Amino acid sequence: MENLINKLQDMFAVKDVQDSKKNQILLTVKASKVPALLSFLKEFEGFKVLVMISSVDWIEIGKFQLSYIVNDPDKKNDLIIRAFISRKEASMISIHSLWGHASTFQREIKEMYGIDFPGSPRVDEPFLLEGWDDTPPMRRDFDTKKYSEETFFPRPGRESNDPAEYMKKRLYPDEK
Amino acid sequence: MKNNLTSLLNWNTNRSNYPEMDADGNPIIDLESQKFIKVWQGPNHPGVTGNMSLELTISGDEVVDSKTHVGYLHRGFEKLFERRKYIQCFPTCIRMCVPEPDTNEYNLAVGTEELGGIEVPDTAKWLRMLALEMARLQVLLRMVPGQAGTMGLGLGSQWGMYYRELILDRFEELTGGRIYHMYILPGGVRGLMPEGFDKRLLGNLDKIDGFIADIDKLIFSNAVFKKRTIGTGFIPNDWVDHYGITGPVARAAGYKRDVRKDYPYLFYDQLDFDYNIAQESDVFARFEVRRQDLVTTVDLLRQILAKMPRTGDIRATTPNVLHWKIPKGETYVRVESSRGEYGFYMVSDGTEYPRRINLRGPSYTHAVSVLEKLLVNSNISDVSAIMVSLATCPPEIER
Repeated sequence: MENLINKLQDMFAVKDVQDSKKNQILLTVKASKVPALLSFLKEFEGFKVLVMISSVDWIEIGKFQLSYIVNDPDKKNDLIIRAFISRKEASMISIHSLWGHASTFQREIKEMYGIDFPGSPRVDEPFLLEGWDDTPPMRRDFDTKKYSEETFFPRPGRESNDPAEYMKKRLYPDEK
Repeated sequence: MKNNLTSLLNWNTNRSNYPEMDADGNPIIDLESQKFIKVWQGPNHPGVTGNMSLELTISGDEVVDSKTHVGYLHRGFEKLFERRKYIQCFPTCIRMCVPEPDTNEYNLAVGTEELGGIEVPDTAKWLRMLALEMARLQVLLRMVPGQAGTMGLGLGSQWGMYYRELILDRFEELTGGRIYHMYILPGGVRGLMPEGFDKRLLGNLDKIDGFIADIDKLIFSNAVFKKRTIGTGFIPNDWVDHYGITGPVARAAGYKRDVRKDYPYLFYDQLDFDYNIAQESDVFARFEVRRQDLVTTVDLLRQILAKMPRTGDIRATTPNVLHWKIPKGETYVRVESSRGEYGFYMVSDGTEYPRRINLRGPSYTHAVSVLEKLLVNSNISDVSAIMVSLATCPPEIER
Protein backbone atom coordinates (compact mmCIF):
# COMPACT_ATOMS: atom_id res chain seq x y z
CA MET A 1 0.00 0.00 0.00
CA GLU A 2 2.92 2.39 0.65
CA ASN A 3 3.93 2.53 -3.02
CA LEU A 4 0.36 3.20 -3.98
CA ILE A 5 0.01 6.04 -1.49
CA ASN A 6 3.25 7.63 -2.76
CA LYS A 7 1.93 7.37 -6.30
CA LEU A 8 -1.41 8.94 -5.29
CA GLN A 9 0.39 11.76 -3.49
CA ASP A 10 2.35 12.54 -6.66
CA MET A 11 -0.54 12.19 -9.09
CA PHE A 12 -3.56 13.48 -7.16
CA ALA A 13 -2.02 15.40 -4.24
CA VAL A 14 -3.82 13.29 -1.64
CA LYS A 15 -3.28 14.40 1.97
CA ASP A 16 -4.18 13.48 5.57
CA VAL A 17 -3.21 9.86 4.96
CA GLN A 18 -4.00 7.76 8.05
CA ASP A 19 -4.07 4.05 8.78
CA SER A 20 -7.58 3.35 10.02
CA LYS A 21 -6.66 -0.27 10.75
CA LYS A 22 -4.85 -3.14 9.05
CA ASN A 23 -5.41 -2.96 5.27
CA GLN A 24 -7.62 0.14 5.53
CA ILE A 25 -6.33 3.63 4.71
CA LEU A 26 -8.09 6.98 5.00
CA LEU A 27 -7.09 9.81 2.70
CA THR A 28 -8.38 13.20 1.66
CA VAL A 29 -8.42 14.59 -1.86
CA LYS A 30 -9.77 17.71 -3.58
CA ALA A 31 -13.38 17.14 -4.68
CA SER A 32 -12.63 17.92 -8.34
CA LYS A 33 -10.04 15.11 -8.45
CA VAL A 34 -12.32 12.36 -7.06
CA PRO A 35 -13.61 10.92 -10.40
CA ALA A 36 -10.09 10.79 -11.89
CA LEU A 37 -8.69 9.20 -8.72
CA LEU A 38 -11.45 6.58 -8.52
CA SER A 39 -11.13 5.82 -12.20
CA PHE A 40 -7.35 5.35 -11.81
CA LEU A 41 -7.80 3.09 -8.79
CA LYS A 42 -10.41 1.01 -10.58
CA GLU A 43 -8.60 0.61 -13.91
CA PHE A 44 -4.98 0.32 -12.81
CA GLU A 45 -4.73 -0.52 -9.12
CA GLY A 46 -7.33 -3.28 -8.68
CA PHE A 47 -9.79 -1.32 -6.54
CA LYS A 48 -12.66 -2.59 -8.66
CA VAL A 49 -15.42 -2.71 -6.04
CA LEU A 50 -17.24 0.38 -4.83
CA VAL A 51 -18.37 -0.54 -1.33
CA MET A 52 -20.32 2.61 -0.59
CA ILE A 53 -20.63 6.35 -0.90
CA SER A 54 -21.46 8.10 2.34
CA SER A 55 -21.87 11.66 3.47
CA VAL A 56 -21.19 13.50 6.74
CA ASP A 57 -22.45 16.98 7.60
CA TRP A 58 -19.78 19.16 9.30
CA ILE A 59 -22.09 22.09 9.90
CA GLU A 60 -19.64 23.86 12.20
CA ILE A 61 -17.13 24.36 9.37
CA GLY A 62 -19.82 24.74 6.69
CA LYS A 63 -18.80 21.64 4.76
CA PHE A 64 -20.11 18.28 3.66
CA GLN A 65 -17.77 15.32 3.63
CA LEU A 66 -18.27 12.72 0.92
CA SER A 67 -16.61 9.37 1.61
CA TYR A 68 -16.01 6.86 -1.17
CA ILE A 69 -15.03 3.42 0.12
CA VAL A 70 -13.36 1.25 -2.51
CA ASN A 71 -12.08 -2.27 -2.12
CA ASP A 72 -9.47 -4.41 -3.82
CA PRO A 73 -10.95 -7.93 -3.57
CA ASP A 74 -7.71 -9.65 -4.61
CA LYS A 75 -5.26 -7.94 -2.23
CA LYS A 76 -8.02 -7.38 0.39
CA ASN A 77 -7.34 -3.68 0.83
CA ASP A 78 -9.75 -0.82 1.51
CA LEU A 79 -9.38 2.86 0.78
CA ILE A 80 -11.66 5.48 2.30
CA ILE A 81 -11.42 8.53 0.09
CA ARG A 82 -12.76 11.73 1.62
CA ALA A 83 -13.62 14.93 -0.20
CA PHE A 84 -15.05 18.11 1.28
CA ILE A 85 -17.52 20.36 -0.49
CA SER A 86 -19.16 23.59 0.52
CA ARG A 87 -22.51 23.36 2.28
CA LYS A 88 -23.78 26.40 0.41
CA GLU A 89 -23.08 25.10 -3.07
CA ALA A 90 -23.72 21.44 -2.38
CA SER A 91 -22.86 19.83 -5.68
CA MET A 92 -20.47 17.04 -6.61
CA ILE A 93 -19.33 15.38 -9.84
CA SER A 94 -21.22 12.13 -10.45
CA ILE A 95 -19.35 8.84 -10.75
CA HIS A 96 -22.29 6.82 -12.14
CA SER A 97 -20.30 5.91 -15.25
CA LEU A 98 -17.74 3.99 -13.15
CA TRP A 99 -20.04 1.68 -11.15
CA GLY A 100 -23.62 0.55 -11.76
CA HIS A 101 -24.81 1.11 -8.21
CA ALA A 102 -23.16 4.51 -7.67
CA SER A 103 -26.28 6.28 -8.94
CA THR A 104 -28.38 4.68 -6.14
CA PHE A 105 -26.04 6.04 -3.45
CA GLN A 106 -26.04 9.45 -5.14
CA ARG A 107 -29.82 9.48 -5.39
CA GLU A 108 -30.13 8.80 -1.67
CA ILE A 109 -27.52 11.44 -0.74
CA LYS A 110 -29.35 13.99 -2.90
CA GLU A 111 -32.54 13.30 -1.01
CA MET A 112 -31.08 13.05 2.50
CA TYR A 113 -28.43 15.82 2.34
CA GLY A 114 -29.49 17.88 -0.66
CA ILE A 115 -26.14 17.35 -2.41
CA ASP A 116 -26.67 17.46 -6.15
CA PHE A 117 -24.97 15.12 -8.60
CA PRO A 118 -25.71 16.64 -12.02
CA GLY A 119 -26.17 14.00 -14.72
CA SER A 120 -26.63 11.03 -12.39
CA PRO A 121 -29.52 8.82 -13.58
CA ARG A 122 -32.83 9.37 -11.74
CA VAL A 123 -31.08 11.58 -9.20
CA ASP A 124 -34.14 13.82 -8.82
CA GLU A 125 -36.58 10.95 -8.27
CA PRO A 126 -37.56 10.44 -4.62
CA PHE A 127 -35.78 7.48 -3.03
CA LEU A 128 -37.61 7.07 0.29
CA LEU A 129 -39.54 10.25 0.86
CA GLU A 130 -42.44 10.99 -1.45
CA GLY A 131 -43.38 14.65 -1.75
CA TRP A 132 -40.77 15.92 0.75
CA ASP A 133 -40.40 19.70 0.54
CA ASP A 134 -38.66 20.49 3.86
CA THR A 135 -34.92 20.72 4.63
CA PRO A 136 -33.18 17.47 3.60
CA PRO A 137 -33.65 15.36 6.74
CA MET A 138 -30.10 14.14 7.38
CA ARG A 139 -28.69 17.67 7.53
CA ARG A 140 -27.68 18.62 11.07
CA ASP A 141 -29.85 21.73 11.02
CA PHE A 142 -33.02 19.74 10.36
CA ASP A 143 -34.89 19.74 13.66
CA THR A 144 -36.67 16.39 13.90
CA LYS A 145 -38.58 17.28 17.07
CA LYS A 146 -39.89 20.56 15.67
CA TYR A 147 -40.86 18.85 12.42
CA SER A 148 -42.77 16.06 14.13
CA GLU A 149 -44.51 18.49 16.49
CA GLU A 150 -45.59 20.68 13.60
CA THR A 151 -46.60 17.80 11.38
CA PHE A 152 -48.19 15.34 13.76
CA PHE A 153 -49.27 17.26 16.89
CA PRO A 154 -51.70 18.40 18.01
CA ARG A 155 -54.20 16.43 15.98
CA PRO A 156 -57.78 17.59 16.23
CA GLY A 157 -59.70 15.63 18.86
CA ARG A 158 -56.53 14.54 20.64
CA GLU A 159 -55.73 15.59 24.18
CA SER A 160 -52.97 14.56 26.50
CA ASN A 161 -53.29 14.00 30.24
CA ASP A 162 -51.04 13.21 33.13
CA PRO A 163 -51.57 9.42 33.48
CA ALA A 164 -51.64 9.38 37.33
CA GLU A 165 -54.10 12.25 37.63
CA TYR A 166 -56.25 11.00 34.81
CA MET A 167 -56.64 7.51 36.29
CA LYS A 168 -57.33 8.94 39.72
CA LYS A 169 -60.04 11.17 38.26
CA ARG A 170 -61.63 8.24 36.44
CA LEU A 171 -61.36 5.57 39.10
CA TYR A 172 -61.72 7.55 42.33
CA PRO A 173 -63.49 10.79 41.43
CA ASP A 174 -64.59 11.45 44.99
CA GLU A 175 -61.18 11.05 46.57
CA LYS A 176 -59.30 14.23 47.35
CA MET B 1 -56.95 -23.16 -39.17
CA LYS B 2 -54.31 -25.59 -37.92
CA ASN B 3 -51.51 -23.57 -39.58
CA ASN B 4 -52.77 -20.38 -38.00
CA LEU B 5 -52.75 -21.96 -34.58
CA THR B 6 -49.21 -23.27 -35.05
CA SER B 7 -47.95 -19.87 -36.09
CA LEU B 8 -49.57 -18.40 -33.01
CA LEU B 9 -47.88 -20.88 -30.74
CA ASN B 10 -44.45 -20.66 -32.36
CA TRP B 11 -43.75 -17.07 -31.43
CA ASN B 12 -40.33 -15.56 -31.77
CA THR B 13 -38.56 -16.51 -28.57
CA ASN B 14 -35.79 -13.94 -29.00
CA ARG B 15 -37.22 -11.13 -26.92
CA SER B 16 -33.97 -9.26 -26.39
CA ASN B 17 -34.87 -6.48 -28.85
CA TYR B 18 -38.33 -5.93 -27.44
CA PRO B 19 -39.54 -3.34 -26.62
CA GLU B 20 -37.59 -0.90 -28.74
CA MET B 21 -35.04 1.27 -26.98
CA ASP B 22 -34.43 4.97 -27.38
CA ALA B 23 -30.98 6.51 -27.88
CA ASP B 24 -30.30 6.47 -24.08
CA GLY B 25 -31.07 2.75 -23.79
CA ASN B 26 -34.43 3.22 -22.09
CA PRO B 27 -37.40 1.16 -23.33
CA ILE B 28 -40.01 3.04 -25.37
CA ILE B 29 -43.20 2.32 -23.48
CA ASP B 30 -46.46 3.86 -24.61
CA LEU B 31 -49.14 2.87 -22.12
CA GLU B 32 -51.82 4.35 -24.42
CA SER B 33 -50.98 1.71 -27.04
CA GLN B 34 -52.57 -0.91 -24.76
CA LYS B 35 -49.59 -3.21 -25.33
CA PHE B 36 -48.32 -2.55 -21.81
CA ILE B 37 -49.82 -2.44 -18.34
CA LYS B 38 -48.40 -1.38 -14.99
CA VAL B 39 -48.54 -3.88 -12.16
CA TRP B 40 -47.39 -3.15 -8.62
CA GLN B 41 -45.94 -5.98 -6.61
CA GLY B 42 -46.14 -4.86 -3.01
CA PRO B 43 -45.82 -2.93 -0.78
CA ASN B 44 -47.68 -5.54 1.27
CA HIS B 45 -45.48 -7.93 3.20
CA PRO B 46 -44.90 -10.94 0.97
CA GLY B 47 -43.66 -13.19 3.77
CA VAL B 48 -39.92 -13.59 3.50
CA THR B 49 -38.59 -10.24 2.35
CA GLY B 50 -40.38 -7.26 3.93
CA ASN B 51 -42.33 -4.28 2.71
CA MET B 52 -41.06 -3.13 -0.64
CA SER B 53 -42.76 -2.54 -3.94
CA LEU B 54 -41.81 -3.19 -7.50
CA GLU B 55 -43.38 -1.07 -10.21
CA LEU B 56 -43.49 -3.51 -13.10
CA THR B 57 -44.40 -2.70 -16.69
CA ILE B 58 -45.77 -5.81 -18.30
CA SER B 59 -46.29 -6.81 -21.90
CA GLY B 60 -48.28 -10.03 -21.97
CA ASP B 61 -46.70 -11.94 -19.09
CA GLU B 62 -43.24 -10.50 -19.67
CA VAL B 63 -41.67 -7.77 -17.57
CA VAL B 64 -40.29 -5.00 -19.80
CA ASP B 65 -39.41 -2.45 -17.17
CA SER B 66 -39.01 -2.52 -13.41
CA LYS B 67 -38.48 0.08 -10.71
CA THR B 68 -37.87 -0.58 -7.03
CA HIS B 69 -39.70 1.62 -4.55
CA VAL B 70 -38.63 1.57 -0.93
CA GLY B 71 -39.50 3.76 2.05
CA TYR B 72 -42.31 1.78 3.65
CA LEU B 73 -40.07 0.77 6.57
CA HIS B 74 -38.10 3.98 6.96
CA ARG B 75 -37.68 4.79 10.64
CA GLY B 76 -34.78 7.22 10.41
CA PHE B 77 -32.30 5.08 12.38
CA GLU B 78 -29.23 6.85 11.06
CA LYS B 79 -30.69 10.19 12.16
CA LEU B 80 -31.56 8.74 15.57
CA PHE B 81 -27.96 7.53 16.03
CA GLU B 82 -26.68 11.10 15.77
CA ARG B 83 -28.78 12.09 18.80
CA ARG B 84 -27.92 9.08 20.93
CA LYS B 85 -24.88 7.93 22.88
CA TYR B 86 -23.11 4.84 21.58
CA ILE B 87 -24.70 2.56 24.14
CA GLN B 88 -28.14 3.97 23.33
CA CYS B 89 -27.55 3.12 19.65
CA PHE B 90 -27.04 -0.51 20.64
CA PRO B 91 -30.73 -1.46 21.20
CA THR B 92 -31.75 0.75 18.25
CA CYS B 93 -29.39 -0.54 15.58
CA ILE B 94 -30.63 -4.13 15.73
CA ARG B 95 -33.98 -3.05 14.30
CA MET B 96 -32.29 -2.26 10.99
CA CYS B 97 -32.56 -5.87 9.90
CA VAL B 98 -35.25 -7.96 11.50
CA PRO B 99 -34.30 -11.47 10.31
CA GLU B 100 -30.65 -11.19 11.31
CA PRO B 101 -30.21 -8.44 13.94
CA ASP B 102 -26.97 -9.78 15.42
CA THR B 103 -24.82 -8.50 12.54
CA ASN B 104 -25.91 -4.95 13.44
CA GLU B 105 -24.99 -5.44 17.10
CA TYR B 106 -21.65 -6.89 16.12
CA ASN B 107 -20.76 -4.09 13.69
CA LEU B 108 -21.69 -1.37 16.17
CA ALA B 109 -19.71 -3.08 18.93
CA VAL B 110 -16.62 -3.66 16.80
CA GLY B 111 -16.71 -0.16 15.31
CA THR B 112 -16.98 1.39 18.78
CA GLU B 113 -14.19 -0.82 20.12
CA GLU B 114 -11.90 0.00 17.17
CA LEU B 115 -12.44 3.74 17.54
CA GLY B 116 -12.30 3.58 21.35
CA GLY B 117 -9.25 1.27 21.49
CA ILE B 118 -10.83 -1.58 23.46
CA GLU B 119 -9.63 -5.20 23.26
CA VAL B 120 -12.30 -7.82 23.85
CA PRO B 121 -11.59 -10.99 25.94
CA ASP B 122 -11.27 -14.29 24.07
CA THR B 123 -14.31 -15.96 25.66
CA ALA B 124 -16.47 -13.04 24.51
CA LYS B 125 -15.11 -13.45 20.97
CA TRP B 126 -16.08 -17.13 20.91
CA LEU B 127 -19.55 -16.29 22.24
CA ARG B 128 -19.92 -13.61 19.58
CA MET B 129 -19.06 -16.19 16.94
CA LEU B 130 -21.60 -18.57 18.41
CA ALA B 131 -24.34 -15.91 18.31
CA LEU B 132 -23.48 -14.85 14.75
CA GLU B 133 -23.52 -18.43 13.46
CA MET B 134 -26.76 -19.22 15.28
CA ALA B 135 -28.28 -16.11 13.68
CA ARG B 136 -27.09 -17.23 10.25
CA LEU B 137 -28.53 -20.69 10.85
CA GLN B 138 -31.99 -19.42 11.79
CA VAL B 139 -32.08 -17.15 8.72
CA LEU B 140 -31.03 -19.93 6.37
CA LEU B 141 -33.56 -22.33 7.88
CA ARG B 142 -36.23 -19.88 6.84
CA MET B 143 -34.68 -18.70 3.61
CA VAL B 144 -33.69 -21.98 1.96
CA PRO B 145 -37.15 -23.57 1.97
CA GLY B 146 -38.63 -20.05 1.58
CA GLN B 147 -37.14 -19.97 -1.90
CA ALA B 148 -39.40 -22.87 -2.87
CA GLY B 149 -42.29 -21.09 -1.13
CA THR B 150 -42.12 -18.35 -3.75
CA MET B 151 -43.17 -20.94 -6.32
CA GLY B 152 -46.03 -22.38 -4.38
CA LEU B 153 -44.09 -25.18 -2.67
CA GLY B 154 -45.07 -24.01 0.79
CA LEU B 155 -44.50 -27.24 2.70
CA GLY B 156 -40.73 -26.80 3.06
CA SER B 157 -41.25 -23.30 4.46
CA GLN B 158 -43.61 -24.65 7.10
CA TRP B 159 -41.09 -27.30 8.13
CA GLY B 160 -38.29 -24.72 8.13
CA MET B 161 -40.21 -22.53 10.56
CA TYR B 162 -40.29 -25.36 13.10
CA TYR B 163 -36.52 -25.86 12.97
CA ARG B 164 -35.98 -22.10 13.14
CA GLU B 165 -38.05 -22.04 16.31
CA LEU B 166 -35.64 -24.56 17.88
CA ILE B 167 -32.77 -22.12 17.33
CA LEU B 168 -34.90 -19.24 18.60
CA ASP B 169 -35.46 -21.26 21.79
CA ARG B 170 -31.69 -21.51 22.20
CA PHE B 171 -31.40 -17.76 21.61
CA GLU B 172 -33.99 -17.18 24.31
CA GLU B 173 -31.94 -19.31 26.66
CA LEU B 174 -28.66 -17.56 25.81
CA THR B 175 -29.84 -13.96 25.58
CA GLY B 176 -33.40 -13.69 26.87
CA GLY B 177 -34.75 -12.59 23.49
CA ARG B 178 -36.07 -14.58 20.55
CA ILE B 179 -35.83 -12.16 17.62
CA TYR B 180 -33.87 -9.18 18.97
CA HIS B 181 -31.10 -10.45 21.19
CA MET B 182 -29.15 -7.37 22.34
CA TYR B 183 -26.32 -9.72 23.27
CA ILE B 184 -23.17 -8.37 21.61
CA LEU B 185 -22.50 -4.97 23.16
CA PRO B 186 -19.44 -2.70 22.99
CA GLY B 187 -16.79 -4.32 25.18
CA GLY B 188 -17.98 -7.93 25.06
CA VAL B 189 -21.19 -9.93 25.43
CA ARG B 190 -23.91 -9.96 28.06
CA GLY B 191 -23.55 -13.46 29.48
CA LEU B 192 -21.99 -16.91 29.40
CA MET B 193 -23.74 -20.02 28.08
CA PRO B 194 -26.29 -21.42 30.54
CA GLU B 195 -25.70 -24.91 31.92
CA GLY B 196 -26.61 -27.68 29.49
CA PHE B 197 -26.97 -25.20 26.61
CA ASP B 198 -24.39 -26.87 24.40
CA LYS B 199 -26.04 -30.30 24.72
CA ARG B 200 -29.42 -28.88 23.77
CA LEU B 201 -27.92 -26.98 20.82
CA LEU B 202 -26.11 -30.10 19.59
CA GLY B 203 -29.40 -32.02 19.83
CA ASN B 204 -31.05 -29.33 17.67
CA LEU B 205 -28.22 -29.50 15.14
CA ASP B 206 -28.75 -33.27 14.78
CA LYS B 207 -32.42 -32.64 14.05
CA ILE B 208 -31.47 -29.97 11.49
CA ASP B 209 -29.21 -32.50 9.71
CA GLY B 210 -32.31 -34.62 9.18
CA PHE B 211 -34.21 -31.60 7.94
CA ILE B 212 -31.53 -30.83 5.33
CA ALA B 213 -31.88 -34.40 4.03
CA ASP B 214 -35.65 -33.87 3.88
CA ILE B 215 -35.48 -30.65 1.87
CA ASP B 216 -33.08 -32.34 -0.53
CA LYS B 217 -35.81 -34.84 -1.31
CA LEU B 218 -38.67 -32.36 -1.15
CA ILE B 219 -37.21 -29.45 -3.11
CA PHE B 220 -33.99 -30.45 -4.86
CA SER B 221 -35.64 -33.50 -6.41
CA ASN B 222 -38.73 -31.57 -7.41
CA ALA B 223 -39.02 -31.34 -11.22
CA VAL B 224 -41.21 -28.22 -11.13
CA PHE B 225 -38.77 -26.39 -8.88
CA LYS B 226 -35.80 -27.31 -11.06
CA LYS B 227 -37.56 -26.42 -14.27
CA ARG B 228 -38.56 -23.02 -12.97
CA THR B 229 -35.27 -22.05 -11.33
CA ILE B 230 -32.55 -23.39 -13.64
CA GLY B 231 -31.64 -20.57 -16.03
CA THR B 232 -33.95 -18.06 -14.32
CA GLY B 233 -32.55 -14.77 -13.04
CA PHE B 234 -29.10 -15.22 -14.59
CA ILE B 235 -26.48 -12.72 -13.38
CA PRO B 236 -23.54 -12.28 -15.79
CA ASN B 237 -20.07 -12.44 -14.26
CA ASP B 238 -19.15 -8.88 -15.10
CA TRP B 239 -22.03 -7.57 -13.00
CA VAL B 240 -20.50 -8.82 -9.76
CA ASP B 241 -17.87 -6.08 -9.37
CA HIS B 242 -19.73 -3.51 -11.42
CA TYR B 243 -22.70 -3.60 -9.05
CA GLY B 244 -20.88 -4.52 -5.82
CA ILE B 245 -22.64 -7.88 -5.53
CA THR B 246 -21.58 -9.84 -2.44
CA GLY B 247 -22.19 -13.01 -0.47
CA PRO B 248 -24.07 -16.03 -1.79
CA VAL B 249 -25.13 -14.15 -4.94
CA ALA B 250 -21.48 -13.49 -5.86
CA ARG B 251 -20.47 -17.03 -4.83
CA ALA B 252 -23.19 -18.48 -7.07
CA ALA B 253 -21.48 -16.66 -9.97
CA GLY B 254 -18.20 -18.42 -9.19
CA TYR B 255 -16.56 -15.64 -7.17
CA LYS B 256 -14.76 -16.54 -3.95
CA ARG B 257 -16.20 -13.84 -1.70
CA ASP B 258 -16.77 -14.48 1.97
CA VAL B 259 -15.83 -11.92 4.62
CA ARG B 260 -15.12 -14.72 7.12
CA LYS B 261 -12.35 -16.05 4.85
CA ASP B 262 -11.18 -12.83 3.17
CA TYR B 263 -10.98 -10.57 6.23
CA PRO B 264 -10.93 -13.08 9.11
CA TYR B 265 -12.48 -11.60 12.23
CA LEU B 266 -13.07 -13.15 15.69
CA PHE B 267 -11.62 -16.70 15.51
CA TYR B 268 -12.87 -17.72 12.07
CA ASP B 269 -9.27 -18.40 11.03
CA GLN B 270 -9.19 -21.26 13.56
CA LEU B 271 -12.22 -22.98 12.00
CA ASP B 272 -12.15 -25.37 9.10
CA PHE B 273 -14.48 -24.34 6.27
CA ASP B 274 -14.33 -23.33 2.64
CA TYR B 275 -16.08 -21.06 0.16
CA ASN B 276 -19.34 -22.52 -1.14
CA ILE B 277 -19.23 -21.89 -4.85
CA ALA B 278 -21.47 -22.50 -7.86
CA GLN B 279 -20.94 -21.42 -11.46
CA GLU B 280 -24.36 -21.15 -13.06
CA SER B 281 -25.39 -17.87 -11.39
CA ASP B 282 -29.12 -18.50 -11.69
CA VAL B 283 -31.82 -18.85 -9.03
CA PHE B 284 -31.07 -22.57 -8.63
CA ALA B 285 -27.33 -21.93 -8.17
CA ARG B 286 -27.99 -19.31 -5.49
CA PHE B 287 -30.36 -21.71 -3.78
CA GLU B 288 -27.73 -24.44 -3.93
CA VAL B 289 -25.06 -22.14 -2.45
CA ARG B 290 -27.39 -21.26 0.43
CA ARG B 291 -28.09 -24.93 1.03
CA GLN B 292 -24.32 -25.51 1.22
CA ASP B 293 -24.07 -22.52 3.57
CA LEU B 294 -26.66 -24.19 5.78
CA VAL B 295 -24.53 -27.36 5.99
CA THR B 296 -21.39 -25.26 6.64
CA THR B 297 -23.11 -23.27 9.41
CA VAL B 298 -24.23 -26.43 11.22
CA ASP B 299 -20.67 -27.72 10.95
CA LEU B 300 -19.18 -24.42 12.17
CA LEU B 301 -21.48 -24.41 15.21
CA ARG B 302 -20.25 -27.90 16.12
CA GLN B 303 -16.63 -26.75 15.72
CA ILE B 304 -17.26 -23.64 17.84
CA LEU B 305 -18.87 -25.68 20.63
CA ALA B 306 -15.94 -28.12 20.57
CA LYS B 307 -13.28 -25.41 20.76
CA MET B 308 -14.72 -22.58 22.84
CA PRO B 309 -13.85 -22.01 26.50
CA ARG B 310 -16.77 -22.34 28.94
CA THR B 311 -15.52 -19.77 31.45
CA GLY B 312 -13.52 -16.55 31.45
CA ASP B 313 -13.99 -12.82 31.17
CA ILE B 314 -16.78 -11.76 28.85
CA ARG B 315 -16.51 -7.98 29.20
CA ALA B 316 -13.57 -5.68 28.75
CA THR B 317 -13.26 -2.74 31.10
CA THR B 318 -14.77 0.25 29.35
CA PRO B 319 -15.27 3.81 30.55
CA ASN B 320 -18.74 4.63 31.94
CA VAL B 321 -20.82 4.02 28.83
CA LEU B 322 -23.02 7.05 29.46
CA HIS B 323 -20.02 9.40 29.45
CA TRP B 324 -17.76 7.51 27.04
CA LYS B 325 -16.13 9.98 24.66
CA ILE B 326 -14.92 8.07 21.61
CA PRO B 327 -11.74 9.58 20.08
CA LYS B 328 -12.06 11.30 16.72
CA GLY B 329 -11.74 8.86 13.84
CA GLU B 330 -13.36 6.90 11.05
CA THR B 331 -13.61 3.23 10.26
CA TYR B 332 -15.44 0.80 8.03
CA VAL B 333 -16.26 -2.53 9.67
CA ARG B 334 -17.73 -5.53 7.91
CA VAL B 335 -19.21 -8.90 8.78
CA GLU B 336 -20.50 -11.79 6.64
CA SER B 337 -24.26 -11.94 7.06
CA SER B 338 -26.42 -14.66 5.53
CA ARG B 339 -27.05 -12.32 2.59
CA GLY B 340 -23.49 -11.08 2.04
CA GLU B 341 -21.15 -8.37 3.23
CA TYR B 342 -22.76 -6.21 5.88
CA GLY B 343 -20.82 -3.09 6.80
CA PHE B 344 -20.97 -0.04 9.04
CA TYR B 345 -19.14 3.16 8.19
CA MET B 346 -18.64 4.98 11.49
CA VAL B 347 -17.39 8.51 12.02
CA SER B 348 -16.65 9.88 15.48
CA ASP B 349 -16.05 13.57 16.20
CA GLY B 350 -14.58 13.01 19.66
CA THR B 351 -17.82 13.39 21.62
CA GLU B 352 -20.16 10.91 23.34
CA TYR B 353 -22.40 10.89 20.27
CA PRO B 354 -21.54 9.28 16.92
CA ARG B 355 -21.22 11.80 14.12
CA ARG B 356 -22.38 9.33 11.51
CA ILE B 357 -23.16 5.64 11.36
CA ASN B 358 -24.00 4.50 7.86
CA LEU B 359 -25.08 0.97 7.07
CA ARG B 360 -24.19 -0.74 3.82
CA GLY B 361 -26.29 -3.87 3.49
CA PRO B 362 -26.15 -6.29 0.58
CA SER B 363 -29.76 -5.51 -0.38
CA TYR B 364 -28.79 -1.93 -1.14
CA THR B 365 -27.41 -3.02 -4.48
CA HIS B 366 -29.06 -6.42 -4.87
CA ALA B 367 -32.64 -5.21 -4.52
CA VAL B 368 -32.31 -1.85 -6.26
CA SER B 369 -29.72 -1.64 -9.04
CA VAL B 370 -29.41 -5.37 -9.73
CA LEU B 371 -33.06 -6.40 -9.33
CA GLU B 372 -34.32 -3.60 -11.59
CA LYS B 373 -32.09 -4.83 -14.41
CA LEU B 374 -32.50 -8.52 -13.70
CA LEU B 375 -36.28 -8.50 -13.94
CA VAL B 376 -36.37 -7.11 -17.47
CA ASN B 377 -37.46 -9.83 -19.93
CA SER B 378 -38.37 -12.23 -17.14
CA ASN B 379 -41.77 -13.79 -16.67
CA ILE B 380 -44.07 -12.11 -14.16
CA SER B 381 -44.51 -15.37 -12.26
CA ASP B 382 -40.74 -15.55 -11.66
CA VAL B 383 -40.48 -12.08 -10.12
CA SER B 384 -40.86 -13.17 -6.51
CA ALA B 385 -38.46 -16.10 -7.00
CA ILE B 386 -35.77 -13.79 -8.39
CA MET B 387 -36.39 -11.25 -5.64
CA VAL B 388 -36.02 -13.84 -2.88
CA SER B 389 -32.97 -15.43 -4.54
CA LEU B 390 -31.19 -12.07 -4.12
CA ALA B 391 -32.06 -12.20 -0.39
CA THR B 392 -33.87 -8.89 -0.39
CA CYS B 393 -34.22 -7.21 3.02
CA PRO B 394 -35.80 -3.73 2.56
CA PRO B 395 -35.13 -2.33 6.08
CA GLU B 396 -31.41 -2.30 5.37
CA ILE B 397 -31.97 -0.25 2.19
CA GLU B 398 -33.85 2.56 3.86
CA ARG B 399 -32.67 2.46 7.53
